[in-house]
Amino acid sequence: MKFGIVVFPGTNCEQDVYHVVHRVLGQPTVFLWHKDRDLRNSEVVILPGGFAHGDYLRCGAIARFSPIMDEVIAFAQKGGKLLGICNGFQILTEARLLPGALLQNASRKYVCRQVRLRVENTNTFYSRAMKPGQELEIPVGHGEGNYFLDDEGLKRLEGEGRVVFRYLDNPNGSRNDIAGVINERGNVLGLMPHPDRSAEPLLGSVDGRLVFESLLAAA
Amino acid sequence: MVARVFVTLKPGVLDPAGKAVEQGLHSLGFEEVSGVRLGKYLEFKLAETDPAKARSRVEQMCRKLLANTVVENYRVELE
Repeated sequence: MKFGIVVFPGTNCEQDVYHVVHRVLGQPTVFLWHKDRDLRNSEVVILPGGFAHGDYLRCGAIARFSPIMDEVIAFAQKGGKLLGICNGFQILTEARLLPGALLQNASRKYVCRQVRLRVENTNTFYSRAMKPGQELEIPVGHGEGNYFLDDEGLKRLEGEGRVVFRYLDNPNGSRNDIAGVINERGNVLGLMPHPDRSAEPLLGSVDGRLVFESLLAAA
Repeated sequence: MVARVFVTLKPGVLDPAGKAVEQGLHSLGFEEVSGVRLGKYLEFKLAETDPAKARSRVEQMCRKLLANTVVENYRVELE
């Protein structure tokens, strides 16, 4: 399965993602520069973590208008699999591909640590290799991961089973302990924790690998 | 023409930075302060002389980029 990893100026997790999908899982993988206008036949597009365009104005606000985003949005609208990790999740909410917004952590601190998540929906391209209710240990590293959505939106999201990952030890103040959400169609997922940093035993957890293995299982 | 744009968090949206400022004011003895909300202020020149057109353009800018209307409100002043 061909993976395309989008690189914006300020992205800093593209090598982590590349390492997992290419070296650990052996998939063909290309980097896509934010000024490109071609996804080069990628079957899965990943927006990795970092500080795209310096996170000026708001996290993801400028990146959302990078030239490649026209292609990324069109890809998602055709049902293409699109995964946003951390800063990538912020970009997806700014692009309105996912509902809500990611605000400054309630603690006002950058949190960088292992968190525990519960898998709330295993019927997605990104979680189908997991067991219902399975607990995962995956690290976070962010200052703006505090998921906000208004009451009505939250009710709908929960009702439709679109909260895919929930924190067991909420590190940032996210409403309803939300760590990861999926779009209505089920092809676009965003999450704050880093599955790319927890895919090998040396890193203390291999739970993150399940996100990528789910994608491969779906093929 | 000069545009001034005020971007503020919607009521009910958590504002950790505003809370920090409020605590700072309290620790300086300004105990009468409550409900601090931190926002953004932008100022820029516009090559447009028609106020109605200018307002419509600036509001487009706000909706597309300057504010995230999921969590923020905006207010435009023209001069």
